[in-house]
Amino acid sequence: MQNIIRVENLTKKYEELIAVNDISFSVEKGDIFGFLGPNGAGKTTTVRMLTGVFPSDNGEIYLAGYNLKDNPFQAKQKIGVVPELANAYLDLTALENILFMANLYGLLGSKVEKKAEELLNTFNLEDRMNDKVKKFSKGMQQRVIICMALINDPEIIFLDEPTSGLDVESRRLIKNIILELNDKGKTIFLTTHNINEANSLCNKIAIINKGKIAAINTPENLKRTIKSSQSIRVSFDKDIAFKFKDWDVVNKVKKEGDKYRIYTDTPDELIFKLTNLARNHKTKIRSINTLDPSLEDVFIKLTGGDKT
Amino acid sequence: MRSRIIKLKLKQIFAIAKKNMKIYYFEPPVLIFGLLFPAFLFLAFYQGRQMPIDDLFPGLLGIIFFFGGSSVGPFIVPWETRTKTLERVLCAPISVSVLILGDIVGGFIFGVIFSSLILIIGMLFFEITIKSMVLLLLAIFISAFCFASLGTIFSALPTDKPSNVMMLSNLIRLPIIFISGVFVPINQLSSMAKLVAPLSPVTYVTDLMRYLLMQESYFSVTLNFTILSIFSIILFSLSVYFHRKTLLKRI
Repeated sequence: MQNIIRVENLTKKYEELIAVNDISFSVEKGDIFGFLGPNGAGKTTTVRMLTGVFPSDNGEIYLAGYNLKDNPFQAKQKIGVVPELANAYLDLTALENILFMANLYGLLGSKVEKKAEELLNTFNLEDRMNDKVKKFSKGMQQRVIICMALINDPEIIFLDEPTSGLDVESRRLIKNIILELNDKGKTIFLTTHNINEANSLCNKIAIINKGKIAAINTPENLKRTIKSSQSIRVSFDKDIAFKFKDWDVVNKVKKEGDKYRIYTDTPDELIFKLTNLARNHKTKIRSINTLDPSLEDVFIKLTGGDKT
Repeated sequence: MRSRIIKLKLKQIFAIAKKNMKIYYFEPPVLIFGLLFPAFLFLAFYQGRQMPIDDLFPGLLGIIFFFGGSSVGPFIVPWETRTKTLERVLCAPISVSVLILGDIVGGFIFGVIFSSLILIIGMLFFEITIKSMVLLLLAIFISAFCFASLGTIFSALPTDKPSNVMMLSNLIRLPIIFISGVFVPINQLSSMAKLVAPLSPVTYVTDLMRYLLMQESYFSVTLNFTILSIFSIILFSLSVYFHRKTLLKRI
């Protein structure tokens, strides 16, 4: 597959602080690429360099085959960006905002206006296209910003926390749009705090921590890298005072309400032992589930902290 | 490819200018400092001096050109920093010089519209006669660009509070008025003031207006236009230079 984004030895320093430290990765055409990391890990700085807002101190970025440093105009024509904290112009209408962005890409005329209207239609904003954006809810404003990012028909779409702070309906709409755009062959570079969102949308994920790429793989492969996070959640009819930690097949035990979550490398053996235990204590197993490691487990293990 | 990029840059400049016209022309600080403030300043001086208005009209035009042209620029970038629209624009294939030139063109058009309006009012109500319309238009265009560039320099101050920039711009603009032969013709200024007056671009605009309205000037017309053009180039270059230094600190 063709690498549509290629990053080589990218570095950014803010005086003494190394925000992004010599990272390299590539994104294949047609991927939904998730970029995860705790606060201050270097996510937004990386995205700002990839979208040409900030220059890098070192390293190369190739977007759709164009070197961003050597051919910034051509490279930027290939991308659409929804920055994390950016707003639309509140004193312009939704349509004016999109047409302004189109003009910045050199697009003028009735064809572009038609396309802008189509985009607003896709995002359920057709009735409000001539209203000033300041009258819109946060979710509607975010949809306008996404329309602005799509007006130049980009090959790569950078979405920095696109669903952050939105209501359920807007979140679902934006997730569906991401999947639709991907179906049309667009490559999506998605920065998100929401691990479930990354898990459900992305086919490849990079986890960045302290300015370095800690891991990069498909969600399933990332989960397999931490086998010790396989676990069994079990509850009994009556409480049994038993030290599961004493079993050599058990790595860790967590009490979750009236259930136990028991981490193991050998789930089959553990289930056998739990069944025997219930029989010996003359009780029944009320529920039992085997749980694969979640992406959140991978995230916490790799970043050594809370999910953020 | 080169001509495509030039075309793209021109489209970007006019897109930014159009956006600025829609959003900022009717913002209270622009109207107050661009229109009302120079008008009241002039009226106050007119009342105090008891001079015929015809003698003061070139000075009035000087102030109007100056404040009108330089009032939009200081407001735009700090306001866009505050409303977080700047990063969105920088993601597009746009250079800092094009972004700033778009802002300058926004201020330039405001200056041209407002100056022309005052001139039309002057011609209708005060029976002023213009020596050369061509020279007048040239003077309006050059001075509007020059003062719009100056206004945009103020906005390079890396703040997201437009009031800070407006305060700074007035701190600089007001003294300029008093050294530029606006209220008193240059030949009547003190010898010290005569030394300082050539440092202000407003001096040359006012002198040109004196030539066009009263057929008298301190400097030659050619010199006035030449120095105004030099000021325009210097102020535009400084504007781009300072914004290149500070623009990314805003994000």
